[in-house]
Amino acid sequence: MIGKSVPRVDAYEKVTGRAKFTDDMVPPGCLVAKVYHAAIGNGIVKSIDTSEAEALEGVVKVVTFKDVPDHCYPTPGHPWSVEPAHQDVADRNILTGRIRYYGDDIAAVVAEDERTAVRALKLIKVEYEEYPVEIHPRKSMYGSHPPIHFDKKDNVLNRTNFFIGNVDEGLEQSDTVVKRSYKTSMVQHCHLENPVSFAYMEKDRIVVVTSTQIPHIVRRVIGQALGIPWGRVRVIKPYIGGGFGNKQDVLYEPLNAFLTMQVGGRPVKLELTREETFCNTRTRHAIEYDLTAGVDKEGRLLAKDMEAYSNQGAYASHGHAIAANGLTAWRLQYACPNIRGEAYTIYTNTPVGGAMRAYGIPEAAFAIECFMDDIAAEIHMDPLEFRRKNLIRGYYEDAYLKPIAANSNGIFQCLEKGAEYIRWEEKRKEYAAQTGNIRRGVGVALFCYKTGVWPISLEIAGARMSLNQDGSVQLQLGATEIGQGADTVFTQMAAETLHLEMKDIHIVTVQDTDVTPFDTGAYASRQSFITGTAVKQCAEQLRDKILAYAKTLLPKEETRELSLDHGWILAGDEEAISLGALAQECYYSLTNSSVITAEVSTQVKKNTIATGCCFAEVEVDLKLGQIKILHIINVHDSGRLLNPQLAEMQVHGGMSMGMGYGLSEQLILDEKTGRPLNGNLLDYKLMTALDTPDMEAEFVELNDPVGPYGNKALGEPPAIPGAPAIRNAVLHATGVAFNEIPLTPQRLIKAFTEAGLIGKEGEQHV
Amino acid sequence: MKKERVLVQCTVNGKEVAEYVDPGESLLEMLRNRLGLTSVKKGCEVGECGACTVIVDGETIDSCIYLAVWAEGRNIRTLEGLEKNGELTRIQEAFIEEGAVQCGFCTPGFIMSATVLLEKGEVLTREAIKKQMSGNLCRCTGYQNIVNAVEKVMKENADQK
Repeated sequence: MIGKSVPRVDAYEKVTGRAKFTDDMVPPGCLVAKVYHAAIGNGIVKSIDTSEAEALEGVVKVVTFKDVPDHCYPTPGHPWSVEPAHQDVADRNILTGRIRYYGDDIAAVVAEDERTAVRALKLIKVEYEEYPVEIHPRKSMYGSHPPIHFDKKDNVLNRTNFFIGNVDEGLEQSDTVVKRSYKTSMVQHCHLENPVSFAYMEKDRIVVVTSTQIPHIVRRVIGQALGIPWGRVRVIKPYIGGGFGNKQDVLYEPLNAFLTMQVGGRPVKLELTREETFCNTRTRHAIEYDLTAGVDKEGRLLAKDMEAYSNQGAYASHGHAIAANGLTAWRLQYACPNIRGEAYTIYTNTPVGGAMRAYGIPEAAFAIECFMDDIAAEIHMDPLEFRRKNLIRGYYEDAYLKPIAANSNGIFQCLEKGAEYIRWEEKRKEYAAQTGNIRRGVGVALFCYKTGVWPISLEIAGARMSLNQDGSVQLQLGATEIGQGADTVFTQMAAETLHLEMKDIHIVTVQDTDVTPFDTGAYASRQSFITGTAVKQCAEQLRDKILAYAKTLLPKEETRELSLDHGWILAGDEEAISLGALAQECYYSLTNSSVITAEVSTQVKKNTIATGCCFAEVEVDLKLGQIKILHIINVHDSGRLLNPQLAEMQVHGGMSMGMGYGLSEQLILDEKTGRPLNGNLLDYKLMTALDTPDMEAEFVELNDPVGPYGNKALGEPPAIPGAPAIRNAVLHATGVAFNEIPLTPQRLIKAFTEAGLIGKEGEQHV
Repeated sequence: MKKERVLVQCTVNGKEVAEYVDPGESLLEMLRNRLGLTSVKKGCEVGECGACTVIVDGETIDSCIYLAVWAEGRNIRTLEGLEKNGELTRIQEAFIEEGAVQCGFCTPGFIMSATVLLEKGEVLTREAIKKQMSGNLCRCTGYQNIVNAVEKVMKENADQK
């Protein structure tokens, strides 16, 4: 079953509209909650008057920041740590009177219906005392009065650094030293389903049905936020309409849980609008990088230095983990004896940065891969040759976090495939000396990506299987299907190890923390690797139990080795008893009945590095400031593919996201208030079908020795290399090095004008 | 304050329907909340994402910005109306075969847009298909396999003529 392009197990439900998402399950008569958001970017609430709102017919309850627990809680979807030093930053209240960004949550209304709730919001009166707004991290880091959070006087949430060798000496020994700065923009996940939940009480327990990637973590955080025992919280996760990391954070579930408690446990729905999703959930951090590197005459890296400044926004969320992940990437993939890295994560008065597909690596890879091209240009070397010269071949491990290692490494094969597809050698020469308004170029960018979070954080997954009466198998996991195809590959894994057909494995797609095994959820491209390990172990345990039971049914003189094969127990290579018959016995035997089940909770202390590259060919219209992608290919070394069609689908989606990141996406903020100016799907330019060129997805399939089925990370990496590959192709086409994304027509026209490629009125000079 | 209600009579998935609705209620709300047709998804409520696409008298519309009262006397089709007792239409099958489904939230809207496109019977270039489908947003697939599915069925239909 592994390696086959079997159709998704949830495809039928989804093409018929039968698949139930959170909002499709709301009980009749459910109350509706709406949040009152701040209309200033920094300050405090001096007074709040909710009397008119409360008097409105149909309003059931109005709560403000004065009513919620006064302790703070953390929100990120990390495993909890039993060591206080490694616990997430707790800097949020369910509602707040200390406004830290435009749109901060001050109050909430619960009403009989949505229209009434919205009307009631307009009746709430708030007076503010305003403080100056700062949306730039490199200004905010010098402190503000008052600080954004009282315990961080300089607004620096965290700062970390590392050293390998001696960078200063390395730079001195270098023949060429290059310094550049790069900047990425704040972007948003834009999953099609907005965050939504509904909550109600059963006896004294709170049930929250929510669109999340991390139900077990949501349970813990609701418990922390409300200050109640975690066991009193039950979280249910149905099908979800995409997450991409935004739902790897606990968003409004604690407020929703709080609200149902305020109305006697009646069901309350809290669904965000698209505008709220942009402003009030999470974003990809905007990060600024200052890079320095030295190379010798042959083009070998002798020293390199990174400084990163990450805009955290108003609350910690995943916080410094994002920028720190970029520091780790700086140490990997390219050989260099002297490396230094330092990263700052800084509070500002902007929407909050959180997890987004590939967790800080698209940001870092944009800087690193642009820099690789810029160094190559400085020493007049082909950028692909420069990379090949410095890439580490074969096995390597991180200098600090040892289990992070390239246990298989197909980067050279990936480059070969990509270069051949894009016809690198030929096009680099062909496009070398162009004139005219339309110019073409080819570019490349690489990446490497960890699989899961060990040893930075805990990796644990649970799996449960039971043999049904007909010999089929029920599979239950705490890991979540979020659109990536997890349920399908887990089913394939179970079928593979148990020698069964896909139809014989029944996976339970809904997670319910009352019944599903503990698993931390969908993030870090971890599930097929970590949960996959648990599925394999669980299946092996079930198989062993089945075979042990079979032994009791077979004659004593049967001494041949028993095995499972397509629904039969084989003795040697002879069919001894069908699995269905065995199952009936184990359920209903009057002398020897014991239902066969298996359950594992598996800690995985391994990690393995996936890698790959993107090659892009672009055509640039200088006067229009437009980039057209002619060809684009991602080549991935993600180990053995579990399901090639699903793998290709993941790559397409990531490439699309990478193109949007490079070309058009940016959440633009008002300087004075930090308010998003384009927080809707019309003004925020995500890729449409018409914007998207045909994409090529290729793979180099090496069997990874650490992956449970030879597999390694694939979910997030496709989103990484697109933006720098396009930028490098534009550099090749025009000679203009853009150091900030997205490459919008406005930025292009400005830079082409400055470079003298076009005149002030669009006149062409060259 | 007594709430005003307006009677809307229309055909939904081949059945006569009569519902009293709020004058400001969208067709999306009527279909989801009153008729339980939850394939009609809500992604933006301002006609930008296409997740709520349904067919009204043979044309695709964003049901979130279409008032329920406008549906009076009209013929409305949602994804629930395509499948007949477990038998899928070709475009539904093609979405499965081509791997055009990931999280599935945009899928109903895309299938409705594709259905109208295919029923019109035109044979379009790949670029033209992309243009016709660009009113529906998807964040999972990069659109490639969705376009593949539409192209495949369009070609099959043309070959059968």
